[in-house]
Amino acid sequence: MKILIKNGLVVDPANGISGEILDILVQGTKISRVAKNIKTGAEKVIDASGKIVMPGLVDMHVHLREPGREDKETVESGTTAAIKGGVTSLLAMPNTNPAIDSAGNVRLLKNIINKTAEANVFICAAITRGRLGKEITDIAKLKKEGVIAISEDGSSVDCEALMLDALQKAREEKILVISHCEDKTLSNNGMINLGFVSTRLGLRGISRESEYKRVDRDISLAEKIKSPLHIAHLSCKESVEIIAKAKKRGIKVSCETAPHYFVLSEEDLLGYDTNLKINPPLRGKGDISAIKKGLKDGTIDVIASDHAPHTENEKDVEFDHAEFGTIGLETELAVAITELVKKGFLDWQGLVEKMSLNPAKILGINRGTLGTGAEADIIVVDPDKEWVVTKENLVSKSRNSAFLDRRLNGVVCYTLCSGEAVYPP
Amino acid sequence: MWVKKDLLGLDDLTKEEIEFILATAESFKEVSSRSIKKVPALRGKTVVNLFYEPSTRTRVSFEVAAKRLSADVINISTETSSVRKGETLIDTGRNIQALNTDIIVIRHNCSGAALMLARHVDICVVNAGDGWHEHPTQALLDIFTLKEKFGKIDGLKVSIVGDIAHSRVARSNIWGLTKLGAKVTVCAPEMLIPVGIEQMNVRVTNDINDALKDADAVNVLRMQFERDAGGAFPKQLEYFKNFGITKERLKNAKKDIMIMHPGPLNRGVEIASDVADGDNSVILEQVTNGIAVRMAVLFLVAQARDKNSN
Amino acid sequence: MAQPKAVGFFVLDKETLARALTRMAHEILEKNKGAGDLCIVGIRKRGVYIAARLAGYIKKIEGAEIPVGTLDVTLYRDDLGLAEFQPAVHKTEINFDITDKNIILVDDVLFTGRTIRAALDALIDLGRPKTIQLAVLIDRGHRELPIRPDYVGKNIPTSQKQSVAVRLEESDGVDEVLIVEKAE
Repeated sequence: MKILIKNGLVVDPANGISGEILDILVQGTKISRVAKNIKTGAEKVIDASGKIVMPGLVDMHVHLREPGREDKETVESGTTAAIKGGVTSLLAMPNTNPAIDSAGNVRLLKNIINKTAEANVFICAAITRGRLGKEITDIAKLKKEGVIAISEDGSSVDCEALMLDALQKAREEKILVISHCEDKTLSNNGMINLGFVSTRLGLRGISRESEYKRVDRDISLAEKIKSPLHIAHLSCKESVEIIAKAKKRGIKVSCETAPHYFVLSEEDLLGYDTNLKINPPLRGKGDISAIKKGLKDGTIDVIASDHAPHTENEKDVEFDHAEFGTIGLETELAVAITELVKKGFLDWQGLVEKMSLNPAKILGINRGTLGTGAEADIIVVDPDKEWVVTKENLVSKSRNSAFLDRRLNGVVCYTLCSGEAVYPP
Repeated sequence: MWVKKDLLGLDDLTKEEIEFILATAESFKEVSSRSIKKVPALRGKTVVNLFYEPSTRTRVSFEVAAKRLSADVINISTETSSVRKGETLIDTGRNIQALNTDIIVIRHNCSGAALMLARHVDICVVNAGDGWHEHPTQALLDIFTLKEKFGKIDGLKVSIVGDIAHSRVARSNIWGLTKLGAKVTVCAPEMLIPVGIEQMNVRVTNDINDALKDADAVNVLRMQFERDAGGAFPKQLEYFKNFGITKERLKNAKKDIMIMHPGPLNRGVEIASDVADGDNSVILEQVTNGIAVRMAVLFLVAQARDKNSN
Repeated sequence: MAQPKAVGFFVLDKETLARALTRMAHEILEKNKGAGDLCIVGIRKRGVYIAARLAGYIKKIEGAEIPVGTLDVTLYRDDLGLAEFQPAVHKTEINFDITDKNIILVDDVLFTGRTIRAALDALIDLGRPKTIQLAVLIDRGHRELPIRPDYVGKNIPTSQKQSVAVRLEESDGVDEVLIVEKAE
């Protein structure tokens, strides 16, 4: 099967292309040519004039909930949402039930992925068995099953010695450690950022220290044994500063933030909207600026969704009782276009780096590029088309979006995954 | 003029709305002094007291207020209802509405619960205390009592002493008093002062003598040692020693300083008995005024809803 | 509430209004055989001023000081929630015992009778008067309840399209009564 994408503005930082009008020819699962005016017969021709053509997004922080909580999301529904949002590769987080903490559980998940996934799903396993923080998983075996990263996401490994041990083993196995940085003794069962808004609403606050002190600890552990480390979902200014300093010292640390951390602040919580109850919490205006600055100056490498689906029953309750998290696969690209590209914080190349090329590099997967011979994961995006996020137009199994009712620019017109036009269906 | 079907807090009310409630309450106070303490204003309406936290005084006050307006009153508390069986607040609210009731008075241990309920039912919702967030009718009756004695709130110096961090009474009082022009000081041990409270236009002090000096009135909060969370609370005796309102401490205060307390009293913990029972105390007047204020609130929200639905 | 525009015709002016009230004061004293056990209660808002004036005339005639009270009937209205405007609740101020007294209930205009019905309920909640008698400055007809005034300043036949504007010095700076055509 040949697919020809014609006349699009191609953005491919891996090959130094930024907005040239080019044609892309896809043959089988690979990209076979990128050039001006390709004249060849193709079974399918996509007219991309006026559209942006870029490598499919790589979202390195997604909760697919399967196995265990198929009422919230499944591999199938989550990847269907992904391709609608332009995400062709994603890293599935291990806090499922059972947790992805053994070769057997990885095989179980792989089996589901092979049968139902609409996009490329890479697997992140837990750092400790059962995510209990007691005993390290068998990283070598997990690696053999194809796991590309380990993370305790949802909580942090509190025991320093254990974390050190995990970093050591991960380095030996050349597997990435992703750290969810939260000191639970400092976040104190909090609900939202600790500050005037938490005082005003009478909600228990989550201090900034609970995040950045753990960022600081994990970076010093990684520094000690010279292993790479990736910090998940940065939310506050101090964390950005700590990482900037670490990078200056030459430590191999990378990090991500999520769209809600550079758009929404604690002040948006004044109406007790449980869809905005997220961990780490929405912070202050100053943090939003710091996150944006970090994205611009390269301190923050990646934008990932932290897609965290929850059912309406789990969100339509008292704020104290609502689950933490927002979905994000279907909105992350449009939010980034609207808030970063259109407002001049990032150019298109920068956007593709943060959402495709950099995560691919950090995870060591062969994606994020439109080079000849690369895997044909390509999206065609209308950068201006306006839409409003509503419960009705989301396809994720859960509708707990922090961006409901928001007006956004940028719509994915076509998604190709391994040479197959998977979206629109 | 009052147009809201709910009273959820004083944070989202204007100065004019607060003054309108207080003026209406003034008219209702006379009703309770009659031998027939009843007017037919809410005849045929049903008020449901939905209480997720034990509270005798607030519930009884709302019940008396509703009955003096000729409304029927139903009391639901967590011990006796299906909420124990895991029914959600929204479902409970919708069921109460399906009984063709008119007003839900809700007390809940979660901040924001009253607002959530109000969003999901068409009938009126009156917040009788939600978590640490707001307790608007308590603040209104406190302000009513202050206004009765001092004639106006503008320029009045009011100190609020006690566990500010976990107090809905403090928050509602601060919103209401500052909107009406009072100068508010909050006083507590450092650990019980919430982050950023000064952004609510209050002065913060950890020194009780500083809080009492120059104050026209002091509102003494109940210390709720029973919900000791994470050792933030000082010991009872230690608290009394450092923050208790005693005759001795009041020697340096204004002679006619007004002593208020939302009750129930912890005698010898936050307030000495001789102060609670002394000439400057208006604690029982607050209870009386609570009826007038709650009558006004029930009347106004019910009327606003009737008007909106016509 | 917006004042109706002063297009209409005068029914009473300052002089004729004073004359009517004087006559009513005489009638009240005559019927009650003096001022003993007499109390006057005005209905908010203009009934209050008329009540005070009647008490003044009675004092002039008899030299007797009689108690005057103020009644707010908002809470007893049968159209609460139907009203297009929201009536503000004001205080009822009757600082005397009405039991076994002859109460002169005073209002400015008697129309459907519903305000008086509310006032009767409100009064009876306060005690058990010997009698309640009704004095109104204007009776404009169109009764919807079986209520009849005992003392009337002036009977004015009106149509439903008209309204009666009573203006008093105490509230409006001028003493006059007009009939005004309502705007469609």
